Amino acid sequence: MEAVLSKIRFRDPQIEMAHGAGGKASRRLVEGLFAPLLFGDSTEPLGDAAHLEVGGTRIAFTADSFVVKPLRFPGGSIGELAVNGTVNDLAVSGARAQALVVTYVLEAGLPSEILEAEVRAMAKAAACASVVIAGGDTKVVEHGKADSMYITTAGIGRPIPGINIAAASVRPGDKVLVSGPIGDHGITILLARGELELEAELCSDTRSVLPLVEAMARVAGPGIRWMRDPTRGGVATSLNELARDCGLGVMLWEDAVPVRDVVRGACELLGLDPLHIANEGQFVAVVAPEYAHAALQALHDWPGGSAAAIVGEMREEPSGTLLGVNGYGGVRAIDMLVGDPLPRIC
Amino acid sequence: MKFVDEFRDAAVITKAAEEIRRLAEPGRQYRFMEVCGGHTHAIYRFGLKDLLPPNIELVHGPGCPVCVLPMGRIDDGLSMARDPNVIFCAFGDMMRVPGAQGSPLEHKARGMDVRIVYSPADALNLARKNPDRHVMFFAIGFETTAPSTALVLMRAKAQGVSNFSVFSNHVTIIPAIRAILDSPDMRIDAFIGPGHVSTVIGCRPYEWIARNEGRPIVVTGFEPADILQSIVMLLQQIRAREAKVENQYKRVVPWEGNQAALRAMAEVFELRPYFEWRGMGFISQSALRIRDTFAQWDAEQRFETPGVRVTDPKAAQCGEVLKGVLRPTQCKLFGKECTPEKPVGALMVSSEGSCAAYYNYELRKQPVLTTIGAGISAQA
Repeated sequence: MEAVLSKIRFRDPQIEMAHGAGGKASRRLVEGLFAPLLFGDSTEPLGDAAHLEVGGTRIAFTADSFVVKPLRFPGGSIGELAVNGTVNDLAVSGARAQALVVTYVLEAGLPSEILEAEVRAMAKAAACASVVIAGGDTKVVEHGKADSMYITTAGIGRPIPGINIAAASVRPGDKVLVSGPIGDHGITILLARGELELEAELCSDTRSVLPLVEAMARVAGPGIRWMRDPTRGGVATSLNELARDCGLGVMLWEDAVPVRDVVRGACELLGLDPLHIANEGQFVAVVAPEYAHAALQALHDWPGGSAAAIVGEMREEPSGTLLGVNGYGGVRAIDMLVGDPLPRIC
Repeated sequence: MKFVDEFRDAAVITKAAEEIRRLAEPGRQYRFMEVCGGHTHAIYRFGLKDLLPPNIELVHGPGCPVCVLPMGRIDDGLSMARDPNVIFCAFGDMMRVPGAQGSPLEHKARGMDVRIVYSPADALNLARKNPDRHVMFFAIGFETTAPSTALVLMRAKAQGVSNFSVFSNHVTIIPAIRAILDSPDMRIDAFIGPGHVSTVIGCRPYEWIARNEGRPIVVTGFEPADILQSIVMLLQQIRAREAKVENQYKRVVPWEGNQAALRAMAEVFELRPYFEWRGMGFISQSALRIRDTFAQWDAEQRFETPGVRVTDPKAAQCGEVLKGVLRPTQCKLFGKECTPEKPVGALMVSSEGSCAAYYNYELRKQPVLTTIGAGISAQA
């Protein structure tokens, strides 16, 4: 126990919104408190899902909570997110979701029709992703003690044959791919809150990314080294984590990153960086160079993958760092998300 | 995206960078101050320093409203909001600025009702929606944001919204530039002049800088092509041994400023005899207080203002960095005790603060600049 206690490095005096934002503070909490006390001696980098051996069978296992506000937004709702989020965490860990369990924390006074709409949304999303919802639990708290409803889903998945995802397998020269335009979800939620006098035609990108991952795996399976769904903290946070976990540098060609004009415009106005904005239906992958074009082609050929792009590559140096290079050769380091510009995004 | 992409065009930028290299005389050192924090941010965000020859040094100026705010004012504002009936509102970049008793965000985590607003009008709307609560807006900014605060106060008065007040921390840019020019340890050859501030005050208020101090100044936009073009214009003036005020940002800044905005400011605000600037000390006639005709909406008159004065941590050298005497990395705390996540000084908090900009965009790329060229050709 002494040895474990000495590994607890989390010293922040209280929990703040930033600890849930998926950026630096979240990482400090997980690595400094949860990992030493809960995950034992495992030194594996923390991925989107755990891969375990149970009775001789390898399974992938993960859980995710959803506290998005508002519950419904253009392109989706909390119920749909709760299914797709867990399916995607499994998918980018290289697994196909098999079954989910769901828990609801409901606030007394929540109109039943709102709950029903979300349960229907979950059923529909589960059917789309061919995943079974196998059970769950419900708790109700007093009015005012929760904001309408929170949903948690846990899921198990079966590894997709032929892919092996590990940050340690990433090599200099590997290519970085994104599956489509980034930032749609975060900006949609921001606008849906109606706190800004901004309006735009934009929808959340929430969807299961499993079909895209499988399409890519069929032609480039052995070349897929690493994947992540860049939810909270955005692409920049995911790639910073990759850089740290594999000890290499990531060079991002900023002009190659697909971003819709609406999202860029909103980010310009609000002083945000699309690379820090949450996505719910995209993934970032690192693919060996000899497989990169086949992987990209497979994404382009699949419905919903036409905007996929190769956006960067892995470098020996600067170790542990994400660099952005723009069209005229200006270079910036891009950090993880710091603080929490957009709380309760998923 | 229109109105942005043309100012980030690689061909335009490359051409301006070539022109700068042609105009800068080798063997001569140039020190240009960008007054505005927005420029500092853009310079690092777009990697513009990489495009300049080594003998042009950009010195970061005091034009970051969050950065120049003394710590005690944050404590004052938060102390007024200790009453549970008060909703404390501020712009997002104020939220992590540490006061002696913690930042607004830390107070929020402890239960204070702290809200981020994007404009003072949002704060007034909040007051209308919450008639049983008192909404206090923590106002900061130069002449860029002061007119919108003024208009909202005029609206609150006209509509008789009584549960709303403003804690004014508005400051004015000219006295700060004067303080920098008066500072004995400062040597600035020319100024990249403020862009947004100038949309309000125009270009005339800078004329003394050219006439009396002999320093060229070019009012400048915030896109990469703007900043490089402005450096070209400064170099041309220096070559021609001229010192004048020029306006590079004509698409936004009228020479005479915005008269309606200036009138609104004059109606609502008056100059304070003096005001403390973080790192620069007390500067006379450099800040705005709310006139007595609006006393009912002035948080300083409505609530007890403790007038907290907090000395900055000794080791932090925000003042020297703010005046451009030290570069961010020369401060002993930079990147160690003081990071954007756990800022000691305000320069590390605001995205416009030179320390945060340097930490976020510049610091970690140093060892690899040599490899970038190869990267660009690989991309093509």
